[in-house]
Amino acid sequence: MNLSKLAYKLRRDVVDMIVSGKGGHIGGDMSVMEVLVALYFKEMDVTPENFGKGVHDHFVMSKGHSVEALYAVLAEKGFFPIKEVIEKFSKFGSPFIGHPNNKLPGIEMNSGALGHGLPVAVGMAIAEKMNKTDQRVYVVMGDGEQAEGSVWEGAMAGANYHLDNLCAVLDRNRLQISGTTEEVMALDNLKDKWSSFGWEVINVADGNSVDELIAAFEQAKTVKGRPSLVLANTVKGKGSPVMENKASWHHHVPSTEEYQQIMADLKQHEEEA
Amino acid sequence: MTNIANKQMICSVLMEAAKTDQDIVVLCSDSRGSASAAPFANAFPEQFVEVGIAEQDLVGISAGLARCGKRPFPMSPACFITARSYEQCKVDVAYSHTNVKLIGISGGVSYGALGMSHHSAQDIACMCSIPGMRVYLPSDCHQTKKLMEVLVKDTEPAYIRVGRNAVDEVYSEDNCPFVMDQATTLCEGSDAAIIACGEMVLPSYKAAQILKDKGISCTVLDMYCLKPLDTASIIKAASSAEVVVSVEEHSPFGGLGSMVAQVVGASCPRKCLTLSLPDAPVITGTSKEVFDYYGLTGEGIAAKVEEALK
Repeated sequence: MNLSKLAYKLRRDVVDMIVSGKGGHIGGDMSVMEVLVALYFKEMDVTPENFGKGVHDHFVMSKGHSVEALYAVLAEKGFFPIKEVIEKFSKFGSPFIGHPNNKLPGIEMNSGALGHGLPVAVGMAIAEKMNKTDQRVYVVMGDGEQAEGSVWEGAMAGANYHLDNLCAVLDRNRLQISGTTEEVMALDNLKDKWSSFGWEVINVADGNSVDELIAAFEQAKTVKGRPSLVLANTVKGKGSPVMENKASWHHHVPSTEEYQQIMADLKQHEEEA
Repeated sequence: MTNIANKQMICSVLMEAAKTDQDIVVLCSDSRGSASAAPFANAFPEQFVEVGIAEQDLVGISAGLARCGKRPFPMSPACFITARSYEQCKVDVAYSHTNVKLIGISGGVSYGALGMSHHSAQDIACMCSIPGMRVYLPSDCHQTKKLMEVLVKDTEPAYIRVGRNAVDEVYSEDNCPFVMDQATTLCEGSDAAIIACGEMVLPSYKAAQILKDKGISCTVLDMYCLKPLDTASIIKAASSAEVVVSVEEHSPFGGLGSMVAQVVGASCPRKCLTLSLPDAPVITGTSKEVFDYYGLTGEGIAAKVEEALK
């Protein structure tokens, strides 16, 4: 399977979801898509068949507002039909709400409040060490989320407990709702910050390259005695100039014209990938 | 008299359970001493997790452990585990439905002289208002034991608040009637219904004894289960009384008194009196001094009941 093509195909599902539900966090969905595709289709052993049976790798979507990307990926994995997600997303009484909810198959933890995912993932990683399994734990955080103090509580604990079965991903798209991350609350240098907390930091120059991400995740598996952070330098709104690198597209719903242009751009990317 | 602190009883039950259940995990936030959890940490180091002074982390890590099959019991001062970690209690525990038993130690005004930062007079209100969260305030070590023996085996989230110091017994080892999620009736009467929780149960019972000598008969309910609230027992006690008096070591807002008044008002309207801590930083002192000052004693409660009946 060409995972780069798949990422662009799933982006179109995301756009359809957001237009149908008249809301959603499109910018971060687009930036994180390759991370999710690499994890779910290459790195993690999670399937509808083994889910919930205590044998699979664990995933926590700490930047829960990018749930549309997660729904598209889980639907592609066979957890639920994409048609149903697009039809029902954010509608009255829908199970497909605007943040991950573990009443749905494929989702382990509810999220949405930022800064929660890493401590939860630390707990999962400690549990799997106690259980003496080789199951790995992955958590995806946003970059704006790094301003939450609880992220750093989790960072300390991850290093303290030498959790080499834990891999955090930082979707470094450099934009948040009010502007650039450096304007809102300066985050750089994140590599130095995480290194100084005792983590192995693996920088991915192009965080929208499935191949580069897979190489980083494979490298993380070889790290012993400490957790890894994959610093994925991504593009917010990736896939169309209409929305790329624009803070206003954090949760913008495309107009009819924008929709047509974005879908055409995504289709072209898919064909060229 | 056994006279051991409820937190010591919690540790004792957890140690007994951990002998046969490797999934029991105790977590502390640099609080193993104040939680009386050091014996557990020493006996079961592989089942003990120290997170440092980081209560949000404490609850988040507990939720992650629970999601992977563990039975975590995070133990931290009630003021911090409920207020500092409130969002983790709401999202990671209750909303995510993880089997975490949150143990709030040194609750209420146990840290009397340390000031409002260390008092938990809001925890009943905030924890009861989270969907899916159960809330328990046991009154003595015997009831704590019975409660914990159920909680170490079940799979639902819960918050348990206990005080810092050993408290006099309400029950005895041989005589501690306990039905999960049902209030314990200590005595029955027809003039007043006194409904109390936690450390306020014993002075409420003493108040009933004082009033009995004056010819006033009271029902006293030990409402250790704040949520799910035993509404049937409240309605039964209130229906046969002229006034309903609630007593709690908590703010006057959103605690036992508010919930009792809600039930009584809807089902069997009676005059309701809420005895609680004031809506203000409480006066400096030991728990006993604070309770004495605010009339949360046998004599103080009896006087209020008598006044309400006039």
